[in-house]
Amino acid sequence: MDVRKIRGDFPVLSRKLNGKPLAYLDNAATTQKPRQVLDAVREYYENSNANPHRGAYSLVAESGEKYEAARRRVAAFINAKPEEIIFTKNATESLNLVATILCRQAKAGGTALLTQMEHHSNIVPWQINTHGNGLKVRYATIRSYGKLCNESVDEELARHPFVFSFTHVSNVLGAKNDAKKLCSLARKAGAYSCIDAAQSIPHMKVDVKDIGCDFLAFSGHKMLAPMGIGVLYMKKELQEKLPPFLGGGDMIKSVSFASSEWNSPPYKYEAGTPNVAGAVGLAAAIDYLEKIGMKKIAAHEAELAKICKEKLSEISGVRFFGPEESGGIVSFNIGGIHAHDLGQFADEAGVAIRTGHHCAQPLMGLLGVPATARASFYLYNTDDEVEILVAAMKVAEKKLG
Amino acid sequence: MDSELYRENILDHYKHPRNRGAIAKPSASAHDSNPLCGDEITMSLVVKGGKISDIKFEGTACAICLSSASMLAEEVKGKSAEVARKVGKERVLSLLGIDPGPTRLKCALLPLKVFKLALYKHLGKKISEEDEKLV
Repeated sequence: MDVRKIRGDFPVLSRKLNGKPLAYLDNAATTQKPRQVLDAVREYYENSNANPHRGAYSLVAESGEKYEAARRRVAAFINAKPEEIIFTKNATESLNLVATILCRQAKAGGTALLTQMEHHSNIVPWQINTHGNGLKVRYATIRSYGKLCNESVDEELARHPFVFSFTHVSNVLGAKNDAKKLCSLARKAGAYSCIDAAQSIPHMKVDVKDIGCDFLAFSGHKMLAPMGIGVLYMKKELQEKLPPFLGGGDMIKSVSFASSEWNSPPYKYEAGTPNVAGAVGLAAAIDYLEKIGMKKIAAHEAELAKICKEKLSEISGVRFFGPEESGGIVSFNIGGIHAHDLGQFADEAGVAIRTGHHCAQPLMGLLGVPATARASFYLYNTDDEVEILVAAMKVAEKKLG
Repeated sequence: MDSELYRENILDHYKHPRNRGAIAKPSASAHDSNPLCGDEITMSLVVKGGKISDIKFEGTACAICLSSASMLAEEVKGKSAEVARKVGKERVLSLLGIDPGPTRLKCALLPLKVFKLALYKHLGKKISEEDEKLV
């Protein structure tokens, strides 16, 4: 893997920040975009833009074909059928979709099972949709070292929740859950399985058929694609059976003043003018990632995370959060220094890291800290960037420790 | 690397905060947080004969926020409630002696907001639009 060549594809990586070359280490939040993706978006708007599925002229057909080609590309990437790919705004909207339609169907007294390591986007939609209707939310617990507790999962599933919705990879801890096993346990307990794959899909090969999930959500922007395009994988028979989410154009077969009939999968779940350029950009991002190879990318990130942990360990008072195997995510604090201060010292050195609660406030409460600093790596990061981060953290420790 | 933000006076208040702690029977106290970064500040004050005779703060927060709380408490202690009410963000920033920039401004001003909440609670007043401009 030629990281220098890869970096040449990302225009933003050559800019300076605070007078220093930008070291972008916040890839769990969002990723930078290569020229190939930017060109695909531009090319779509320059040549093929029209509102797909509306009207009968040639440009509409062309726009529609680009949109469907992107859907086929995404489907092939995760081993799904094209009609099982629903385009959304992001993983958050995908999870809201699932929570809304499942809770609408659930019997009174039913429980949605989540885990204690969820991002707010896999907690709040369930809280909203179980409010005031006799439904409940429960959480499978985590171990102190940041892994899901298997016994707790078994106990909770024995209560027969109607859904088990869990993260594939934790955005705070980097901990990876055994999605295939959890989906199989959910199925045996009679629960739908839903996976928040926002932090896994960009970094590893994910096969929905092998995993056996009912729903799987992810965002394009965390995998080199533009912001504003997301995906929900949903089994076709479930799309036929479950109620619609948003109403509007394209999701209907026929509308009268009295009632409407829904369109067939996946259009039933895509109301209004879609983000065609975003979908085209996502397809280009997948092309880019697969050309390099997901395994190589994962190995590169894990190597950087390992070096980062080793070097940070030289600083007195450093504490890491999450299991040893944490993919490309390094979540840490240094002594009693607030993470925001660590982030400031990093920023002044041109290094972008995330500091805060990472949209996982309940988990931060369990960890007993208000915030952590988090470096998260991707295919374009280098060990030089790790060095710059570690040097900045040493300065922070010297000044504030 | 020499940091622009972490100047000597800020580090001094961060490492040796003044008026940090709790007050057993305060005239009023208030609490607020910055949801984005996780700064949390509680301020308690005692008002006697119209004067702020004691003020203490507690919380987990970054160096900028904690220094700002320490400096602000020192600034308003002993002042009349009416005078302290007019302490605004300009004053807090001049005490800090830095331009915190857009991402850290909220850290710098959280203590002032909490102080005003406590003071107005004591005065039994609502924060007017004009007062809000000060924060």
